[in-house]
Amino acid sequence: MTAPFTASELATLRADFPLLARTLRDGRPLVYLDSGATAQKPQVVIDAETQFYTCTNAAVHRGAHRLAEEATDAFEQAREQVAAFVGADADELVWTQSSTGALNLVAYAIGNATAGRGGAAARRFALAPGDEIVVTVAEHHANLVPWQELAARTGTALRWVDVDDTGRLRTDTLDEVVTDRTRVVAFTHVSNVTGAITPVAPFVAAARRAGALTVLDASQSVPHLPVDLHALDVDFAAFTGHKMLGPTGVGALYGRRELLTDLPPVMTGGSMVEVVTMESATYAPPPQRFEAGTQMVAQAVALGVAAQYMTGLGMDRVAAHDAHIAALLLAAVADLPGVRVIGPTDAADRLAAVSVVVDGVHAHDVGQVLDDAGVAVRVGHHCAQPLHRRFGTTATTRASASVYTTEDDVAAFAQALAGVRTFFGVEAGQ
Amino acid sequence: MTNEMEQLYQQVILDHARHPQGRADLGEADGAATAAVGHAGCTARSHQVNPTCGDEVTLEVVVDRTGTVPVVADVRWEGQGCSISQASVSVLHGLVVGADLPTVDQTAATFRSLLATKGAGLDDEAAEDLLGDANAFTGVGKFPARVKCALLGWVALTDALVRTGVRGDD
Repeated sequence: MTAPFTASELATLRADFPLLARTLRDGRPLVYLDSGATAQKPQVVIDAETQFYTCTNAAVHRGAHRLAEEATDAFEQAREQVAAFVGADADELVWTQSSTGALNLVAYAIGNATAGRGGAAARRFALAPGDEIVVTVAEHHANLVPWQELAARTGTALRWVDVDDTGRLRTDTLDEVVTDRTRVVAFTHVSNVTGAITPVAPFVAAARRAGALTVLDASQSVPHLPVDLHALDVDFAAFTGHKMLGPTGVGALYGRRELLTDLPPVMTGGSMVEVVTMESATYAPPPQRFEAGTQMVAQAVALGVAAQYMTGLGMDRVAAHDAHIAALLLAAVADLPGVRVIGPTDAADRLAAVSVVVDGVHAHDVGQVLDDAGVAVRVGHHCAQPLHRRFGTTATTRASASVYTTEDDVAAFAQALAGVRTFFGVEAGQ
Repeated sequence: MTNEMEQLYQQVILDHARHPQGRADLGEADGAATAAVGHAGCTARSHQVNPTCGDEVTLEVVVDRTGTVPVVADVRWEGQGCSISQASVSVLHGLVVGADLPTVDQTAATFRSLLATKGAGLDDEAAEDLLGDANAFTGVGKFPARVKCALLGWVALTDALVRTGVRGDD
């Protein structure tokens, strides 16, 4: 069993994150428990963007001058770093603006294949009426709405896997939901609400039996767990930079090489073509085929640095730290009357993203009281309305951790949360 | 608890949130909004959602047009959301039921102005008299994320009044 960070390791690590040192009103220290929404950045990541603009900035994949070569090298080195970080090869990694961008890319590319684009090779992706797309109730809207749209455009049906009352996906129903009509199985690796880690293998096995593609939303897993996409054996995966200590504006789509090779483009224009005439164009091989126009070069370079930084921490240690904080968060809220966890209450196979309902107090009011104590959490539906509806609520309060989260952070959260029901005059036991 | 928090969650607001006025089971309506026109009055409904937090209010207004000036005869509402949004609809109920349309419009406009003062208040005695319990929302103006909560019911009222068709009689 790998050990979580020691107190002194954590203190050293936290010094890498300048924002954590700031204070709030009345000089209160910041207790940042909203890393599931976006993580804070270490100085090396902040510096990497500045360094790129200060020393290397030039257009990539065009121009023959020295700077253009250096910028291209930095951009492609970042691709290698980030691909290696998730167990992929560099040519299987497409830069996108975000996870949302990556998931939409796959959905729209399948739509384009269905519309006959991409030639004979792309026909393998084409959908027909009667086909089905499978998602889960636990999806973030980013891995739900693009599939609703694809289903509507292609005349296919959307089906979904439910969760049980502890927030675990009902893998026991996979054989019912995933059938020979299923063409795509899109599912989250970790729910951003429940924190539950999805057992990927049963989903991949069910999809394989059906001859369906698998699309994994790895937005919440990549920042907290060692992720090896080749070992997970999914066809596509999406993740984003800003949740893994990197910049905003950059994310990635992983696709198995032979699939990306046959997949038609979505965004078209400069840099993604080979020969262009007035009538038509031929397309570059992946990943460039999916990277039309000027790319987010400085952000990609800094994301490469973020991946290196996390590798330096050791993803096994990061995961052990996350599990430690998850257990502390669960223990802290378990003691509070009138506070109910939406998601698994055992610390196994879950991340340190703990969403709660406080009986008799709306999440927005909970968040306000926490904010007053300097504790930053997320309140609302966390872009997962169907999952909240499944648990009979519209909004929850979520505390979510990252590599820099401390035991003191959890204690501050628990203390502030304990005062919420008293403040709003909701008696214990009511 | 900081001073800002005490200003935000005035006792008046907490009381209204706990014991909301005008709250009722509205039952099913045809779609998100309906309007029914009778001889003496008209009834219309508006459903409003705050997409950032999921707060919802459905508000039904009954306007009496028998007099020279239309009068809000009744307001009933149902909703779910934070204490600010729910208390605000409750306060709205107390302010507008029985008031004529020009007074309702003036109250709504004054309430919006109050929330735009960033917590400073309007420093206007006539405005304070008009707003009554709604003066308790002065501190909400310091929290831009919560202003929408306080306005949700008022947006529903404005929309419902338009749906009654009573504006066309002005």
